Amino acid sequence: MSAIFVVGYAEGEDSERALNFALERARKGDAEIRLVFVLEWSPYSFLTPDELETRHKRRNEELARATAVVEPVAKKATEAGVKTETIVRYGHAAEVLCEVARETGAVQVFVGRGGSSSNLATRLFGSVSGALVQASPVPVTVVP
Amino acid sequence: MSSVFRRGHDALFQVTVALALLFAPALAMAQEQAADAAAPAGMDEQINQMFADSTGWFVTFIFSPFPGTSFPWIVAWLVVAATVFTVYFGLIQFRAFPHSIALVKGDYSDPNDAGEVSHFQALATALSGTVGLGNIAGVAVAVGIGGPGATFWMILAGLLGMASKFTECTLGVKYRNEYEDGTVSGGPMYYLTKGFAARGLFGGRFLAILFSIFCILGAFGGGNMFQANQAHQQIAGIVGDYPGWITGVVFAVIVFAVIVGGLKSIASVTEKIVPFMGVMYVGAALIIILMNADKIGWAFGQIIDGAFTGLGVAGGLVGALIQGFRRAAFSNEAGVGSAAIAHSAVRTKEPITEGFVSLLEPFIDTVIICTMTALVIIITGQLAMDAETGLYIVGENGAIQTVTGASGVGLTSAAFESAFSWFPYILAIAVILFAFSTMISWSYYGLKAWTYLFGEGKFTEIVFKVIFCIFVVIGAAANLGPVIDFSDAAIFAMAVVNIFGLYFLMPIVKEELNSYLSRLKSGEIRKFH
Repeated sequence: MSAIFVVGYAEGEDSERALNFALERARKGDAEIRLVFVLEWSPYSFLTPDELETRHKRRNEELARATAVVEPVAKKATEAGVKTETIVRYGHAAEVLCEVARETGAVQVFVGRGGSSSNLATRLFGSVSGALVQASPVPVTVVP
Repeated sequence: MSSVFRRGHDALFQVTVALALLFAPALAMAQEQAADAAAPAGMDEQINQMFADSTGWFVTFIFSPFPGTSFPWIVAWLVVAATVFTVYFGLIQFRAFPHSIALVKGDYSDPNDAGEVSHFQALATALSGTVGLGNIAGVAVAVGIGGPGATFWMILAGLLGMASKFTECTLGVKYRNEYEDGTVSGGPMYYLTKGFAARGLFGGRFLAILFSIFCILGAFGGGNMFQANQAHQQIAGIVGDYPGWITGVVFAVIVFAVIVGGLKSIASVTEKIVPFMGVMYVGAALIIILMNADKIGWAFGQIIDGAFTGLGVAGGLVGALIQGFRRAAFSNEAGVGSAAIAHSAVRTKEPITEGFVSLLEPFIDTVIICTMTALVIIITGQLAMDAETGLYIVGENGAIQTVTGASGVGLTSAAFESAFSWFPYILAIAVILFAFSTMISWSYYGLKAWTYLFGEGKFTEIVFKVIFCIFVVIGAAANLGPVIDFSDAAIFAMAVVNIFGLYFLMPIVKEELNSYLSRLKSGEIRKFH
């Protein structure tokens, strides 16, 4: 059985870089990739009655949109010789990546480093990669 | 399809005519008065007079006392129902309390359902519809008229009301409509129709229509005019007196922008600030209570004494009891059926779980927040007391005289001000936001009832929303008395229909409850976290 790499994916250049980096490593080590798309979500956020009513519909739309983003990417990677499966899930990005790593028995997690790490918001609230590094059950590679 | 729409439009026309007829005598009267008077009365006075004249008969009917007593039948109706549900479900509000908390925390939520409406979200949204002026102004009205003893009856009504809420919200989820596109519509109009049919009973459709009519009136009254009215009083208290219709127009424009213009950002910002305002309000109340820690014993003594003797308030014990029950029902809306509309959207395989979650609502709303307001008013000594007799001094209008002469939200504001001089400003912002979020919630409840009657469609929806905005102006301009009477009357009329239906449907809830509890015990239903 080949090793499994988890790659966090969102639309953007940094995710592309992370994926390409992981693909290279996967090819050398004969590993598979699980491409994870996280839809940011907290069950403790506040919604208006209107939003409650349409939530299920919106969720279906959001899932469809996310799947439409990751599926072609995964297909391309598979065609290029690395078996790649997709996972789309709701939650906090770092938590979901840890969860998936645990479930799939992954040996490594790859994420891109979004934006500049010196901006105020990141300093105050932390970044996904920062949170992931602290909580991940397996080694994390942050691709700049 | 087109016939459905035509029927909707015909019905819409009929209701518009009915509404016109309802207000026609008042309009004619107002015109006569305007013609008669040498100097025409101010616009506020005209609106007030018109409003009081056209709604008086409805208010009188709802609040008519049992023959030979001063006890309104509607208060008994609500309390008897809450007691029946409490007994029928074996003190469910206490038995299920810990499980309810676990559900809200998400202990039993399937991780695969992430992204759907959670129990917490349904509860928070329903709460922001009920936590509001009822907790701030309504309690002040109750304590101002019924004395501290009203607090005791209010808490009791809150505890009993938890069982009513449990019953209606379970049914709300069980009998909601789920459409192909994934949106949901639920509430008493749906469970009355479908639930009655399921039990082989007749008249469900009739009750649903009746409920919808009262729900629309309730949305205009307590969910709208009362809010606009108190928001105006609050603003006027800070910037000085000015005509109410001005506040009304400003509010109406903002509400219009949100519900017609689809300015979702305003609604969602409010929805996010309101919970913090609520926490801050309770926090400030707790600080004031702790600052007066030596008086806590005395305050509870007043509440208990007042509950059974009245301490000289108008109507004595019964007066305190009526005020307490009335304001509790108005504040937490248990048995009214409105919360069932908000709770129906939750994603759950077990309707009963939403019942469990919803029973926390009267607890948070009434037992915690309302009690805080009452304690602050009592502890800061806002109510004028005769030093010799220890009885409260009752003014000519039947209300207890207050130290500052304020009533309603003004009384609460004065109580908080005596501890923190800057608090009225915070309270004003809180009141405006609470008023606004309650209006948004009720515009939704009203709209659901409206579309149940007239069918869904852009045109019918716009008609409702425009009328809703007009009532914002009327509410801000009218006096508190007629507005609060009509608001209560409309909301209680909803409860008359809803509770009548609940009596027939409660065996269905019992079945759900027994099935769920046995599966919980056997371990079939287990925690995910």
